[in-house]
Amino acid sequence: MLIDWLAIAPEIALTVTALLVLFADLNLRGDAKQLVAPIAGLGTVVAIVFTAILWGDERATFGGMFVVNEYAVVFKLLFLGALLAILGISWRFFAEGRYYQGEYYFLLLTSFVGMIIMPSARDLLLLFVALETVSIPAFIMAGMRKRSLYSSEAALKFFLIGVLSVALMLFGISLVYGFTGTTDLAGIAAAIAAAGDVEPLLLAAVMLVVVGFGFKISAVPFHFWAPDTYAGSPLPVAAMLAVASKAAGFAGLLAIAFIAFEPLAEFWAPVLGVIAILTMTLGNLIALQQRDLIRLLAYSSVAQAGYMLIPFGLARPGATVVNDAAVQAVLFYLIAYAVMNIGAFGVAIAVHRRTGIRSLRDYAGLAQQSPLMAMGMTVFLLSLGGAPPTVGLWAKFAIVQAALTDVTMFAVVLMVFLVVNSVIAFFYYLKVVKTMWMDQAHEGMPALEPGFNLSLVVIVLMVGTVVLGVLPGLISDATSLTSLVAAG
Amino acid sequence: MSLVGPLLLATFLFCVGVYGLIARRNAVLVLISVEMMLVSVNINLVAFQNLLFPAEAAVSGQMFALFIIAVAAAEAGVGLAIILNLFRNRASVNVDDVDLMRW
Repeated sequence: MLIDWLAIAPEIALTVTALLVLFADLNLRGDAKQLVAPIAGLGTVVAIVFTAILWGDERATFGGMFVVNEYAVVFKLLFLGALLAILGISWRFFAEGRYYQGEYYFLLLTSFVGMIIMPSARDLLLLFVALETVSIPAFIMAGMRKRSLYSSEAALKFFLIGVLSVALMLFGISLVYGFTGTTDLAGIAAAIAAAGDVEPLLLAAVMLVVVGFGFKISAVPFHFWAPDTYAGSPLPVAAMLAVASKAAGFAGLLAIAFIAFEPLAEFWAPVLGVIAILTMTLGNLIALQQRDLIRLLAYSSVAQAGYMLIPFGLARPGATVVNDAAVQAVLFYLIAYAVMNIGAFGVAIAVHRRTGIRSLRDYAGLAQQSPLMAMGMTVFLLSLGGAPPTVGLWAKFAIVQAALTDVTMFAVVLMVFLVVNSVIAFFYYLKVVKTMWMDQAHEGMPALEPGFNLSLVVIVLMVGTVVLGVLPGLISDATSLTSLVAAG
Repeated sequence: MSLVGPLLLATFLFCVGVYGLIARRNAVLVLISVEMMLVSVNINLVAFQNLLFPAEAAVSGQMFALFIIAVAAAEAGVGLAIILNLFRNRASVNVDDVDLMRW
């Protein structure tokens, strides 16, 4: 079998980088170990270049299991950009915190290899392997602080939930295989469409697969692990789980829902729509009561997953226009979400690393301490809420636009919940902003020293949030070209 | 050979796994329960492949089962490491004790 090496060049570049990092960590001693972070960054840039070259191409390799098209390239650029930002915000955190640096960067890169495979996978087998490549390093990373009770608790909860979700998903996949006789996504869709009447057991199998992904994207009622895991893990790992790992889950869910199970959309779309409503409402309502900033961000990310599930509720079998619009809306939202959420975690890292605080009250007076960080956090939180002129507004707009392509009763209900939830969300986002700018600072707060990398990442993301808020076309021009189901 | 036997066995194993997951409090036993669920998936895949689609050239069902076995081994390795680390920190592997963080 001929392999299209260019199509898998980004994955190869990242894998080689991961191995180099491991090798360098083995051979370097003392302070020289700090070199592993620049190596990882350099490898990521190489992978980004290889991915950018692929833009506009349509390639399929490994017997059609692995497809590169615009949709996959946009997703890969999203993941690799997130990787660069996470490398930037983790450097000082890990260099000063007496962590296992080499192992951390190796695991981080490995996890991202799985993520960039995910949007290209067109076979259940490859999707499963990619998902596990994302998850297994993440389990270890969550438990990175070996002596911390919180970290080991976070790792155990994340691990048990992770393997449970995979087991449920695999049972569903095995039944789907039994019904259709193939693991190829397009083949499954063809077999389901050809079968005509729908077996209840097949629907149960589809639901098992959806539940498995529901855990990955922390949708209600499968969300309870997320706040504990985010709060217990090292903060850069929490940022990675909240953004990249969730985006990978969405990439897999998009492929499964809109390619393989597309003929069954009239059954799963209402279910996912209801899950979307539950997820955003519960996520926001619980976030209102959080006193700890990381847990607040965790519940806010649960709510954000709810917004991103809305387009799934709009899907209908055979309606290509609606489905394409839904996929594009999810993609747009994921990009915007990555920009603003990594930024928010970056500020949280800067504050936590210096002062060891994470409770909301201690953010009082951050604006006097470090105007840059306070400004950044304000922009990111406003964007997460969806205020103009930030990219968050356009992300919500993209979802509304998808709903408007073909208005149904259910779409209207979803939009009502979207609007109501945006209002609820503003309450707790603005509470943080008020604490930072208006409350009096505590005595004896040490000065923040975010360091060059973290400041750069926060500034870039802050500027990005605003610029994309003024010129949303920069993303939507790219996402509107993407179609999940490519010819060839 | 009829498909009923293997599928019943697989379903039974899956249900035992789910029960163990809910009822067991020892993290190692919970891990074993999950492995049991994965084994039931393998039985399903191999049975479907052999009895329903013996002519399929790609033998995707059996290939899938092989991959699941490999990944389950990796998962068990990582899981036991996490449980061992937890035991070192708090001298207990009871999942009910793991409750530092609530809400």
